[in-house]
Amino acid sequence: MTPDLTADLGFLKLRNPVLTASGTFGYGLEFEPFMDLSKIGGIVVKGLYYGPREGNPPPRLVETTGGLINAIGLQGVGVEKFAAEVLPKLRQIDTAVFVNVCGASDDEYLKAIEFLNAQEGIAAYELNISCPNVKKNGLCPALGPDPTYALVKQAKAASRRPVIAKLSPNVTDIVEIAKAAEEAGADGLSLINTLLAMAVDIETRRPKLANIFGGLSGPAIKPIALRMTYQVASAVRVPVIGMGGIMTGADAIEYLIVGARAVQVGTANFIDPAAAARIAGEMKDFCEHKGIARIADLVGTLKTD
Amino acid sequence: MPHDPAVKIIKKQSWGDYHLFRFETPALAAGAEPGQFLMVRVSDTPFPLLRRPISLHAKEKNSLEIFFQVAGQGTALLAQKKEGETLDILGPFGKRFIPDTNALPTPAVLVGGGRGIAPLYFLAMELNKLGARVKVLYGGKSRTDLPVREKFEKAGLDIVCSTDDGSFGHHGFVTGLLESEIRRQEPAILYVCGPDPMMKKTAEIAAARRIPARISLESMMGCGFGACWGCVKRIRRDEGGEWRKICEDGPVFWADKIIWEEKE
Ligand SMILES: Cc1cc2nc3c(=O)[nH]c(=O)nc-3n(C[C@H](O)[C@H](O)[C@H](O)COP(=O)(O)OP(=O)(O)OC[C@H]3O[C@@H](n4cnc5c(N)ncnc54)[C@H](O)[C@@H]3O)c2cc1C
Ligand SMILES: Cc1cc2nc3c(=O)[nH]c(=O)nc-3n(C[C@H](O)[C@H](O)[C@H](O)COP(=O)(O)O)c2cc1C
Ligand code: FES
Repeated sequence: MTPDLTADLGFLKLRNPVLTASGTFGYGLEFEPFMDLSKIGGIVVKGLYYGPREGNPPPRLVETTGGLINAIGLQGVGVEKFAAEVLPKLRQIDTAVFVNVCGASDDEYLKAIEFLNAQEGIAAYELNISCPNVKKNGLCPALGPDPTYALVKQAKAASRRPVIAKLSPNVTDIVEIAKAAEEAGADGLSLINTLLAMAVDIETRRPKLANIFGGLSGPAIKPIALRMTYQVASAVRVPVIGMGGIMTGADAIEYLIVGARAVQVGTANFIDPAAAARIAGEMKDFCEHKGIARIADLVGTLKTD
Repeated sequence: MPHDPAVKIIKKQSWGDYHLFRFETPALAAGAEPGQFLMVRVSDTPFPLLRRPISLHAKEKNSLEIFFQVAGQGTALLAQKKEGETLDILGPFGKRFIPDTNALPTPAVLVGGGRGIAPLYFLAMELNKLGARVKVLYGGKSRTDLPVREKFEKAGLDIVCSTDDGSFGHHGFVTGLLESEIRRQEPAILYVCGPDPMMKKTAEIAAARRIPARISLESMMGCGFGACWGCVKRIRRDEGGEWRKICEDGPVFWADKIIWEEKE
């Protein structure tokens, strides 16, 4: 018997629990040569501001043990060009499209949402309140419950679509922030964004990134991301989407067990551009092997007694 | 843009830090052009995590060659691979060296420094086939830093070398060789790959003499196929510049489009 892989986000049913993480999957089309995009639950496109963005000077990337530090600075085309050039093509593909929305100010987030509201072919907005690479010292709304509440509340009011708030791990108590987002009306939470990090060249004594700081992703962050996903999923009612260092189906299953209803695959896409489809396949194999009829039955089944 | 998860190494040659692999891979070889590169996994585990970009060094029907120098952990692991073992490779990616002009510019001078010679062998062979006159200038630190010199000679290509320490050929930088070559006969085009300072100097020479030059840039790459926006360099646009992806819009650019960084 083939297991039922659907994931229920409340506002949306996904074919399977695997989405691609924002910023690691381009605008989606880059991956068409490698993977059938209708094999995965959906895609989250690269963070979009209302207008085009320059991004940070290079070097923007450095590899560290089991991870990758990036300081891209959200270079991108802006919502208008995205709607004109990318969205029509994405509409031809049978997959859920999430748009990761960014802004340098609350107003800019709202401007982007208002523009996107008028476009078809978007399943939900993922509010990127947690990018560490845009302001100095990794500042972003997701660092405090008050700015999180204020922004999510306004975004909900402006949006005609479900809004997912993407949380930052660079906080003392992520549960406090998660609750603020839920209270403000978020339809779901996704976590984690990257961890503020740095690397140094000991020959030149210079930082290895032009931006000095960047965001760490990849297998190195999985234990932390999993812990935070567990804490948040245990504390809120809205659906939680977990991510951080997922490379295999087994990694993804861990996230479901601690309470995530779906997962996002990020850095793994760079190494294996078919990673998301492969991971969905591995999750299916796991269910078959274990005789699990519905993958959703795994969600939140961590045994701690 | 295929993915071949099991590319077999059918030949390996090594010279100190430098290594050459030949692969049998019809999937990747089909349509491969000089200037393009492959994204090679150097480990079956997530350590190191990212693939490493390596240029196409040669192509024959169904086989490809890469030529690389150990630069760190990833390339050191790659160097440990033996004949008969397989590699997981994506590609080829990127724009080709030869410009899309109606007439093929000739004579062409190819300037390579250190591992930067890698893509120039494939290019020289291709230009030769297309009927261009080709001269190759190859610079290294010393006599032992010119491992593929004989390969060019055996293929009947006109190649002149320089070494920083004078142990072989012209004593000095390869850009010195270029200046005397230009005095001898003005090239119609330059094709360049090597360390940044050498490429920058070559771009200056090309600009002063108004010789068009195609330069292959390097940068840290997260993916190699346009998805991470990590590999950018400053490229001229209108009055200003913009960050353009090396992997997709390059790695080869016209020299006069490149804005070199102030800091070295
Ligand atoms: C388009 C392209 C084609 C290339 N072709 C060849 C080739 O044919 N032969 C060859 O020997 N090398 C080539 N390189 C360089 C090669 O990719 C790097 O030497 C290699 O990635 C270093 O990896 P590592 O793990 O050994 O070193 P690391 O330990 O990662 O780094 C060692 C040093 O290399 C630098 N480095 C790391 N990654 C890159 C990178 N992607 N590009 C440039 N520098 C890097 C680091 O900043 C550091 O200074 C190419 C690079 C690019 C971008
Ligand atoms: C190169 C790069 C760019 C990213 N860009 C964005 C972005 O635009 N918006 C966003 O919300 N997260 C962005 N992220 C964070 C990822 O979506 C994800 O939260 C993080 O990488 C953790 O997952 P992973 O370990 O599977 O990569 C980016 C990550 C990387 C590596
Ligand atoms: S290496 Fe990822 S965009 Fe160029």
